[in-house]
Amino acid sequence: MFEFKLPDLGEGIAEGEILKWYAEEGGRIEEDEPLMDVETDKAAVTIPSPRGGKIAALKGKVGDIINVGDVVVVIDDGSAEAAVVEETVAEKTFAQPDAPAPAPVPEAVAPAAMPGVRRPVPAAPATRRLARELKIDINLVTPTGPGGRVVPEDVHRFADHGAAAPAAAAVGAAEHVPAKKVADDTAFAEFAAHASATIPFLELEPMPDFSTDGPVEVEALRSIRRKVARKMVTSMSLIPHVAHMDDADVTELDKFRIREKERRTGGAGGKLTLLAFVIKAITAGLKATPAFNASLDPFREEIIYKKYYNIGFAADTGRGLVVPVVKGTNNKSIIQIADDIFDKATLARDGKLPPEDMRGGTFTITNVGPLGGTALLPTINYPEVAILGMGKVQEKPVVRNGEIVIRKILPLTLAFDHRIADGADAARFVAELVRQLSDPNLLLLET
Amino acid sequence: MVMGSLREETQVVVIGSGPGGYVAALRLADLGKDVLIVEKRERPGGTCLLEGCIPSKTLIHAVEIQESARKAEQFGLTFKGMEVDPAKLRAWTDEVVDGLSSGIKGLLKRRGVTVIQGHARFESSTSLSIEGGEVSGIDFEQAIIATGSSLNHLPEGIVSSVWSSADALRLPRVPGSLLVVGGGYIGLEMGLVYQGLGSETSVVEFFPRLLMGADFDLVDIMVEQVSGRLHEIMLDSKVKSIAETGGDAANGFDVEIETGGKIVGKHYDQVLVAIGRRPNTDDIGLEKIKADTDDKGFIITDESCRTGDTNIYAIGDAAVGPMLAHKATREGKVAAEAIYGGEVAFDNRAIPAVVFTDPEIAWTGLTEREAEEQGIKVNIGRFPLAALGRARTLGRTDGLVKIIADPAGGLVLGVGIVGPMASELIAEGTLAVEMGATLEDIMVTIHPHPTLSEAIMEAAEVAAGEAIHINPPRKVR
Repeated sequence: MFEFKLPDLGEGIAEGEILKWYAEEGGRIEEDEPLMDVETDKAAVTIPSPRGGKIAALKGKVGDIINVGDVVVVIDDGSAEAAVVEETVAEKTFAQPDAPAPAPVPEAVAPAAMPGVRRPVPAAPATRRLARELKIDINLVTPTGPGGRVVPEDVHRFADHGAAAPAAAAVGAAEHVPAKKVADDTAFAEFAAHASATIPFLELEPMPDFSTDGPVEVEALRSIRRKVARKMVTSMSLIPHVAHMDDADVTELDKFRIREKERRTGGAGGKLTLLAFVIKAITAGLKATPAFNASLDPFREEIIYKKYYNIGFAADTGRGLVVPVVKGTNNKSIIQIADDIFDKATLARDGKLPPEDMRGGTFTITNVGPLGGTALLPTINYPEVAILGMGKVQEKPVVRNGEIVIRKILPLTLAFDHRIADGADAARFVAELVRQLSDPNLLLLET
Repeated sequence: MVMGSLREETQVVVIGSGPGGYVAALRLADLGKDVLIVEKRERPGGTCLLEGCIPSKTLIHAVEIQESARKAEQFGLTFKGMEVDPAKLRAWTDEVVDGLSSGIKGLLKRRGVTVIQGHARFESSTSLSIEGGEVSGIDFEQAIIATGSSLNHLPEGIVSSVWSSADALRLPRVPGSLLVVGGGYIGLEMGLVYQGLGSETSVVEFFPRLLMGADFDLVDIMVEQVSGRLHEIMLDSKVKSIAETGGDAANGFDVEIETGGKIVGKHYDQVLVAIGRRPNTDDIGLEKIKADTDDKGFIITDESCRTGDTNIYAIGDAAVGPMLAHKATREGKVAAEAIYGGEVAFDNRAIPAVVFTDPEIAWTGLTEREAEEQGIKVNIGRFPLAALGRARTLGRTDGLVKIIADPAGGLVLGVGIVGPMASELIAEGTLAVEMGATLEDIMVTIHPHPTLSEAIMEAAEVAAGEAIHINPPRKVR
């Protein structure tokens, strides 16, 4: 028997939702044959079977959330004992060399606290003993000490409020608060008290029972939806957003784009979109105004200017929002960018975009225009510092040289982080963008 | 009384009286338990006291005084006619060991802990048979296995006249030339002792580096210092054969070493094989109880040091974990308190490792290499002893303190030290990791001036980007 545990999917992903099983209990599977699809916060991935054999048990059904390290499938591969892929902790941590030479060096084996992981949570020995005496798993206690350290007061608070439902009140420092876990009354009270203590006037109450007013349908907040929720709350809480709006006259650019697109149908550039031109123009703008291609580290009080240009674009996948990233846009032609956009958007729609194509962005564009909209206020893709929103391109009467003419107008909104840039910077940045989009020749000359 | 006919009864029996066993017994006695110790050897102390830590550090200290005296010449202090008297040094080492062993005996006696001599084997989960003493068996309620470890058997084909580390510690003689097989901590410590006593000492190591377990930057500084004292350091090399010259160890040994891609024949007056150790768990009747071992024979325990058998605990070298006396001692206390019924666990975050080379190397908690291997992002502050006043006054600038911290909250995850007194200095680092201290905690703690301990504060400042006594490297992000 072979127990297969959900492997580390990288990117700090700790769990995933089972989307699909390719195998069924009692059936046979070959090594490297697809075993299951798992959707994580970042993407859907197909996991191949590490062994061939008969499927003795599938440990979960479609829709279940499984953690990295959980046994997901038991495969009867002919071996007698249940062998687990991962070494036991004892073997891993305390391996002793037994060869005569070289002599063993004492390993400084410390299950040290790890940043992010925080298992075991840092705490002084006396605090750890206190938790043991109160029969509390100290790893579940919310730390308030410096460096994420659990202090005795934290343990006492947990004992007073969380004892009724110790598992439910688990709110680790680096962990998010799953709504499900605070639905419990006691745990909710603790969470609400904690949150209210930090924000004046904040009043958190459990959701009313809407079903008393009419029929409802309840769906678990999962996967991409939950990831977006976290991202947006983080962005809106940490970044003072300011929006700057303007209109770009894309009449000439659109003529040029349609002509070139038709000429290239079926080949490179056959998918030439307005977005590709905007990405090119934005890249030039970011070079001129590095503040919008930066990140602000509030803990170190530093601004990190990025010398690379990776532009993300928001894609509506049907399963939720995904932001594929076009990398190195400063070194790519508009045609290459257009092809990249098409390829990545296709993968994203199919849920097949690899995580590496969703990370490393330095600036994001959200283009809801094709769906409509004359003005929008986008939320910055934290930890980036600016996002460009593109509205619907519409023919509008505008005044040119004292006459009313019909032109194609693209409404633009730049939302930016006021901590590292000011209104004037944004005005200049957007004005320059508007100027470049007004004439395709300028893009050729200046980017 | 007829030899071997007596059966004893006790609440708790501790098998072994090393740094784990005797401490567990004393703690149990203080908690009001009726305790017996079974010890195979004639006196208490275990490997650590009788053929390990204590005798080796006694010898190392003697040699270091000599080395310091030599180095003192640079500041105008010349010692003439310095001589080593191996017989006297051997006697002194014995005196140190005897004194400590009697001390343990006294402690046990005053706390009412009886020591029974003999080899204990489990008969069941509540009884032991004893071989080789007056008592033939013990019925107990709970037991602690603290049987320690033994030197691995010599690999096949190696003549028994080569020394093990235990042989070398007995200081049988000072050979003219000595080959140390194994560049780990035992090999290096013993090699430097014999070099100091007058042997022309060489080291052969299978791996491309000495002290493979430690961070390279620490080892490099140590190697730079000791390489002048050693005749030859052969890395990436393998001993192919060891034979007594002319079939008699008195003539020395002919050794074939595969080094630098070819096999060379060398002659040494003595060869020391710094061999590994194995747990003493194969002849204690483990099959009669429900304790499991891992594939190397170490007994598997839970965090209160309890084996699969609820009445029986295992600590020290016999149990899973690094074979270090201080780990055994802590486990001894944990097991004793668990038996008493306390809420206790071996949940230590850091077990310091110390190498008594000259300079010493010590580390605790997370090492830089572990952080790299496990993909843990860390912030590292390094402070060279060359920038420290006290190190200058000692004429010892051959050292470095580094602190490994969590870049987010400044939590101290590990400390590594190379330099004089690293073995003492590491204690602060271990306390920091154990307490969950942050860099700031160390930085604002006043460290006495002028001392080597200031280097830890300085390293914390470097990690936090607030170094006073060195120019911080430009931050590259």
